Amino acid sequence: MPQHTFVLNGKQVTVDTEDNVRLLWVLRDLLGVTGPKYGCGLNVCKACTSHINGKAFNPCSVPVSDIKATDEVTTIEGLADAESGALHPMQEAWLEHDVAQCGYCQPGQIMAAVAKVRAAKAEGRELGDDDFDEIRNICRCGTYFRIREAIKTAQGQM
Amino acid sequence: MVDQRRSPAGAEGLQRRRFLGYLLAAPTLAVAARLGADTLAPPEAAAAIPSPPEPADILDLGDALSLAAMPTSNLIAIQVNRDDTVSFAVPRAEVGQGITTTIAMLIAEEMDVPLEKVHVTLADARPELLFNQLTGGSNSVRSLYDPVRTAAAIARARLLSTAAGQWGVPASALTVQNGVIRGSGRSATFGSLAEAAASSRTEEVSAQPKDAAKFKIVGTPQNRIDARDAVTGKKQFTMDLQIPDALPAMVCRPPTIGGTVKSVRNLAAVKAMPGITDVVVISSGVAVRGKTITHCMDAVRALQVNWGPGPVDAESDDTVLKKLQAATLPLAVPPVLTSSIEADFVFAFASNSALETNCAVADVRPDSAEIWSGLKAPITAQEEIATMLGLPVTAVKVHVMQGGGSFGRKLFGDAALEAAEISKKVGKPVKLMWHRTDDFRHGRTHPMSLSRVRVNYALGNVVSYEQRHTSVTTDFGHGLGELLTAVAAKLPVGDIGFSQTVFELSQSMPYNFGATTQLLNEVPLKFHTSSMRNVYSPNVVCARELIVDQLAAKMGQDPLAFRRSFFKDERHRAALDKVAQAGQWGRQLPAGMAQGIGFHAEYKSCSAVLVEIDCRPETVNRKVRDGVTGPRVTKVFMAVDAGLPINPRGLEAQMMGCINDGIGLALTESLHIDKGLPLEGSWDNFFYTRQWNTPPEMEIFVMPANGEPGGAGELGVASSFAAVACAYARAVGKMPTSFPVNHGTLSFEPLPRVPSIPDSPTDGLSYVS
Repeated sequence: MPQHTFVLNGKQVTVDTEDNVRLLWVLRDLLGVTGPKYGCGLNVCKACTSHINGKAFNPCSVPVSDIKATDEVTTIEGLADAESGALHPMQEAWLEHDVAQCGYCQPGQIMAAVAKVRAAKAEGRELGDDDFDEIRNICRCGTYFRIREAIKTAQGQM
Repeated sequence: MVDQRRSPAGAEGLQRRRFLGYLLAAPTLAVAARLGADTLAPPEAAAAIPSPPEPADILDLGDALSLAAMPTSNLIAIQVNRDDTVSFAVPRAEVGQGITTTIAMLIAEEMDVPLEKVHVTLADARPELLFNQLTGGSNSVRSLYDPVRTAAAIARARLLSTAAGQWGVPASALTVQNGVIRGSGRSATFGSLAEAAASSRTEEVSAQPKDAAKFKIVGTPQNRIDARDAVTGKKQFTMDLQIPDALPAMVCRPPTIGGTVKSVRNLAAVKAMPGITDVVVISSGVAVRGKTITHCMDAVRALQVNWGPGPVDAESDDTVLKKLQAATLPLAVPPVLTSSIEADFVFAFASNSALETNCAVADVRPDSAEIWSGLKAPITAQEEIATMLGLPVTAVKVHVMQGGGSFGRKLFGDAALEAAEISKKVGKPVKLMWHRTDDFRHGRTHPMSLSRVRVNYALGNVVSYEQRHTSVTTDFGHGLGELLTAVAAKLPVGDIGFSQTVFELSQSMPYNFGATTQLLNEVPLKFHTSSMRNVYSPNVVCARELIVDQLAAKMGQDPLAFRRSFFKDERHRAALDKVAQAGQWGRQLPAGMAQGIGFHAEYKSCSAVLVEIDCRPETVNRKVRDGVTGPRVTKVFMAVDAGLPINPRGLEAQMMGCINDGIGLALTESLHIDKGLPLEGSWDNFFYTRQWNTPPEMEIFVMPANGEPGGAGELGVASSFAAVACAYARAVGKMPTSFPVNHGTLSFEPLPRVPSIPDSPTDGLSYVS
């Protein structure tokens, strides 16, 4: 059985499983990390959005063998400050705007939003309506408007 | 008929009511309460040509649910714990609508404890509750408001009298703040009195809940009690459970709805695949159990099955529509001596799939079973599972999990039943997950319907309004059926079937349109159907409001002024006025853009919506990869009158969701049925509202408190749908009669039918952003 090693939320992990097992199921079924949710398995709904080396990706569509030992995978569980436990400004903004309804898509929404703000900041700009329109994450409860408001709040704090 | 849908008692009368409850024999203080029935106002006459009161005006679906729940609701209990917390296991599902937060607020208010000290969990299936454990009809707040407050008031009074007894002072000399009783120089926390206040026997007591004028928490915006868990990934859903040995399981499903397994050509080979532990034929397909979902998906895709036909293999969109047209009941009032408008509206099948697909954990043993799933009718699921397993109901434990959305889907325990069947057949626990494609193709749908409307008008009045709504049968087999069939006998609606009862109790006409009839006829095709958020109302009301706009135009009136002059209820007028003013009704917009208004009253609440839509080519034709764009709703103003809004922030959230549902139903969201199967298999096929469709501007106004709480979770779907449809009609200069408006175009390449699920992509790293 092949072994796969990577860095998950700051700690090195190793799993024994077939190469083609998608990372989402390595996280959920083998490592018990359940923040990233399943919504389609097709890289469409984005409920599983997490970070690889600080950028957004969807582990439902990545075979575990594609992950290198040095890759840092961050799920929603690893977004808060590891030492102080302080929530990330995006999480705080989510609380301030009481964004979540059922909450199922929200880990993915938050991880996507963080990466989106980071990318814009790297270009030296803030996000606007056209950028929000590019967010593909489905929220079947329809919290989209509060998501926009929370991102606007958080981007000033990041 | 002003205020006919309100309780007759004024605020003062309500506050004076006393309620009965029970002290329960328990180690720490436990209090139960029973439900109070809504009292009903007689109808009053009003202007224009009055329509006689309809069943929904006298007693609506929520009333019927409350009525049926009465005899058992005294089993709803609040527990005071030694650690100063208060516990309540709510016999309802939490699927995002916020009922746990609402209930916590009611308890915190009544007992004067901090909100964070109130722990609301979801009760397991409790068969002794009979009909009082169903989440639906936007009825949870309405049915629980009085009993929860009553139990909390009894608990508070008991704690006070216990402290008073210990300290030898009258209870009236004591005060309560933040869960601490103070008086005569002493203080005690609720937790420190929890044992002393406990009753050694069950006894009936009465209570008078707090005067509404003294509310400090109820009516104030509060954040969800589970918000922090949601944003940190700690909130636990069914698939997040770690039940020992409950390995993932999936099902290979037929190429048409309800198809059956004739034989499996390679069962042994699939069972030998890496990581697979079991492959078994079940009633709905072939189930596999394996180490991870990837292993299960590979196995499902590898299965070679000979399938038998399903019950709707010959049906496609066009054949279903023909059956609906043939089944439409005749209109009774001929179009004579007056001017007349008549139109048919067609509404496509739509999926009520939540983001969390159908799922359940099941651990079935020879003499018992334990099930975990998001269930809105857990007792029904429990009874069905017990029946299937041949076990007594008491041997089947059913845990209600937090649901990742419902929209009607979780009324049925399809996954729970299936997981129990698989677990029994493999003799091991399973964690069953439906693939997204299965959820769209084999899950439940809001069925196609046809609404025919004829109105006659003369001399500035509407003389008659007739609506004949014809739908593929909506499945209400989740146990509500028994409930309402029982209750229906007591109703003024006579001897009608269950769907008819729901239709009659949910539809009401807010306008004085003379002789009014709204009738339902159903075509019994064996699609997998169920209620979808707001059930019949979105389609019925969309058709009605479009006709109202036509009437206004024919009679030379402004759509807003027209509605105002025909409303029966001042509350309705106030809500509509609010959005008209906030949204600047009638303001100039460029060609291709337009405003629209929609209105709907149900659940003893109402909502009015004003939208602006942009149908200009540069907007309609904008490109989003694998997405549908089309007309964009740019602004939404909604006013919601929910009687007493308990948590305005939660209410706003529900309305926001309703708006996005309404936009989807009007413009983009449908299933295309082709030879017995929906073609849709992914969220990039089924175009529920996405960020690029949602309005960048949205304002929601919660109308001032106005009597007792009404229902609201589904309230805004119909009004939003109607407002978008009316705006679209004005923007393009033609009334749409088929919904969603883009249904005629198939905007995607359908996934194959075999294998039943697509493979997960492997190129995820090329989309890193």
